[in-house]
Amino acid sequence: MSDKQDVTFTVNGEARTIRVEPRRTLADALREDCGLTGTHLGCEHGVCGACTVLVDDTPVRSCLMFAVQAEGARVRTVEGLADGDKLHPLQQAFWDHHGLQCGFCTPGFLMLAVGILERQPDIAEPELREALSSNLCRCTGYQNILKSVLAAAAEMRK
Amino acid sequence: MSLIGRSVRRLEDRPLLTGSGRFAADVAVPDMLYMRVVRSPVAFGRLTGLRIVEALAHPGTVAVWTAEDVADIPPIGFRMTSVPGLEPYRQPVLANGHVRYVGEPMAAVFAADPYTAEDIADLVAPVIEPLAPCLDPAASPSEFAPGRSTEAAVISKAYGDLDAAFAGAHAVVALEFTVGRHSGVPLETRGAIAVPEAASGILRVYGAAKVPHYNRQALAAMLGLPLDRIHLHEGHVGGGFGIRGELYPEDVLTCAAALRLGRPVKWIEDRYEHLVAANQSRGSVHRVRAAVDEHGFILGLDDEFWLDQGGYIRTHGVAVTELTCAMLPGPYVIPAYRSVGHVRLTNKTPCGTYRAPGRFETSFVRERLVDVIADRLGLDPIVVRRRNFIAKTAMPFRREFSVLGTDVVYDTGDYAGLLDKFLNRVEWERLRADVARRRQAGEMVGLGLGFFVEKSGLGPFDDVRITLGGDGIIEVITGAASIGQGVETVMAQICADGLGTGLDCIRVIHGQTDRIARGMGAFASRVTVMTGAAVTIAAAKLRGELLTVAGRLLQTAPERLAFASDRVVVSGALDFAAIARGAGGDLTADATFTTEHMTYPYGVHLAQVRIQRDSCAIAVERFFVGYDIGRAVNPMLVEGQIVGGAAQGIGAALLEEFVYDASGQPQSVTLADYLMPTFADIPTIEVILFEDAPTPLNPLGVKGAGEAGIAAAGAAIAAAVDDALGRAGAVRQLPITPNRLHALLAELPVAER
Repeated sequence: MSDKQDVTFTVNGEARTIRVEPRRTLADALREDCGLTGTHLGCEHGVCGACTVLVDDTPVRSCLMFAVQAEGARVRTVEGLADGDKLHPLQQAFWDHHGLQCGFCTPGFLMLAVGILERQPDIAEPELREALSSNLCRCTGYQNILKSVLAAAAEMRK
Repeated sequence: MSLIGRSVRRLEDRPLLTGSGRFAADVAVPDMLYMRVVRSPVAFGRLTGLRIVEALAHPGTVAVWTAEDVADIPPIGFRMTSVPGLEPYRQPVLANGHVRYVGEPMAAVFAADPYTAEDIADLVAPVIEPLAPCLDPAASPSEFAPGRSTEAAVISKAYGDLDAAFAGAHAVVALEFTVGRHSGVPLETRGAIAVPEAASGILRVYGAAKVPHYNRQALAAMLGLPLDRIHLHEGHVGGGFGIRGELYPEDVLTCAAALRLGRPVKWIEDRYEHLVAANQSRGSVHRVRAAVDEHGFILGLDDEFWLDQGGYIRTHGVAVTELTCAMLPGPYVIPAYRSVGHVRLTNKTPCGTYRAPGRFETSFVRERLVDVIADRLGLDPIVVRRRNFIAKTAMPFRREFSVLGTDVVYDTGDYAGLLDKFLNRVEWERLRADVARRRQAGEMVGLGLGFFVEKSGLGPFDDVRITLGGDGIIEVITGAASIGQGVETVMAQICADGLGTGLDCIRVIHGQTDRIARGMGAFASRVTVMTGAAVTIAAAKLRGELLTVAGRLLQTAPERLAFASDRVVVSGALDFAAIARGAGGDLTADATFTTEHMTYPYGVHLAQVRIQRDSCAIAVERFFVGYDIGRAVNPMLVEGQIVGGAAQGIGAALLEEFVYDASGQPQSVTLADYLMPTFADIPTIEVILFEDAPTPLNPLGVKGAGEAGIAAAGAAIAAAVDDALGRAGAVRQLPITPNRLHALLAELPVAER
């Protein structure tokens, strides 16, 4: 299991080559090899969605993907959302609407929501609820997450 | 304008939003080892040996430990609520002689890489002679160890003449209720990183939560360290709910390994481990009887219950049993009372507290019982509640017993008043009419409510130091802990309110044992009440001192000075940094707040549910929480606590259960088996906050917010399902899974199914 191989991909626009075991998950590669610990691991079996990142603009569970599968891919993580000091509209909305408590699930929800809103800027509320139901939050009871995403969607449409 | 009562945005959010939070798994230091724990695969058995030769032969192995390697470390003690005779039931850090639940740590392996550590752990082979597991807490006690029963303790609380109450009763209602095993299951699993500092000789432990100061003392004692050689540090914590931050075997192993191997050691739990190793809660069976008069007034209440404790008694001692005994009477007068709780060891994961321990369970039992009493007597359940409520004029109201070392005295409350206002706000009559109309049309819908009394603000003390430094920053150093609930914001609001400043110049410190000598941490909805009160006192002191120094520097009488965001103003102005410089050093105010009593908030939950006959699913259509918090420091955060708690309560009522098979194998070991609510399961939670009954027990009048959302959720949803079924008291077991609902539907006359 120790035969390592090179993987090259971009993370938040920056080209990276890392050397990993084939069994290394993308989540571990991002956290340990790229130093991007904003991507969190809540279950490592694809249910909670805390590790959600965008791979070629599609939300994926980075715990269910091997790093080697990301060869040539464009990966986006929570660290790439803000523009310097200026928060992304979704980050700002989560702050304004108390869309987080402990904050552990937040990066996953942010990346999921970015993926949804980039594809469907006008998504209707029932459909949005359905899409967001793929991630778990244990603190908020979800309603402020919904408020936050709806507010960000409105802002992003401006 | 006062900052108390304002829904300001949280100070702690920015790092959490940008991915720069520092949770346990994010802590990394050079030369770190990773620990992996080898866990028991059987529920009960004699552990006669562990074959470790293959593990030792692995090229990546740094060390492999079994019970022999930690024989000098005592079992984990009780942080609270110990009673005589519990010691033999404490958990050793590694199984010794017996294994008592699937998931019990038997060995620990250490390697320089976490994947390698897992490989090595797979090579450790236990030799276990299986024994027949004890799984039913209400069965006759069996043998825990030679001469030692699985009934570790019996806790009882009683007052009044129960025999007379039952002898003179118009009717007696007797029922049995079962509450399923479930738990907090925070999104972040547990973790510990122990770093021996060569230069100072201090062991620094990261990943601490909830009670860092207590755990520091406990670890020092267990590991034979002088107290000044160990410090605990709380980073970001991904949810607490009672279970995170207690002292567990893995924490002790991580620290012992760092000391003995002389290298930093990191342990991060995986989700399977969490679901078999971290504290579970709630599992209990109640047999309850009520003696009532013809008006539905409860003359006497008699409950006997059996608590499914699991394999060992952990840090909470018998706290859950105590709270269950003490909180069952809730808002009702109940002139004669007895509760007897049996603490029963079973071969399942050990239990501790989970958000609203003893209240979620007893609200379910008590409010179910009241609904059945009303049904038997042909009365409106709301009328029966009103007849039993403790009157506003009877406050403070003393129960003739104590809990957690404090006498139970309800400080303030107007239960009937809250219920009236609440029903008015939710338009109760209209809700009832709508449901009746839909039932006529063939839908299976129902409404149910549960009233509850909470407890909050457990003492006995909290210390706070507020310091103005030469940089103009005001540091509020607390012994509290932050598990995601917004401690920094709320303490800053209270401090700013006391000083008359803005929030920007305030920094709040929590969970750092090297910054303040004592601290009680975060549990029992205590931080806003206890730490907040200490902040109030310290801020008032510092304000006086600031004005004195500023008056001297500005050559003005202090009465003529006022505060702005970060400065003292008069005709001229002097910023805080200048005041600190003028004072010749930091300005500091210390305060301690102590209390002998808890404060008792209260409220009501109301659920509207729809039963889908074909799938046996239950949809919660609407969920209301009415809650009197005394005074809300930050209403937005209070509502956040309540909504989150209600979501957990809906999960507990309908979805969440740790299931074990007949051999004691846990069946709920992934998040696909242990079902937490998603967006699809939670309706909009409608929160109605009241501030009609502030407490005289602290200077702010505040009561706790943390556990109100969950306390009567099980009660309300069960009542709503009963209503939908048209059978009062039909639901006797939580969670109401599709299988259980199917059985309830099968009991209905064919025409009603």
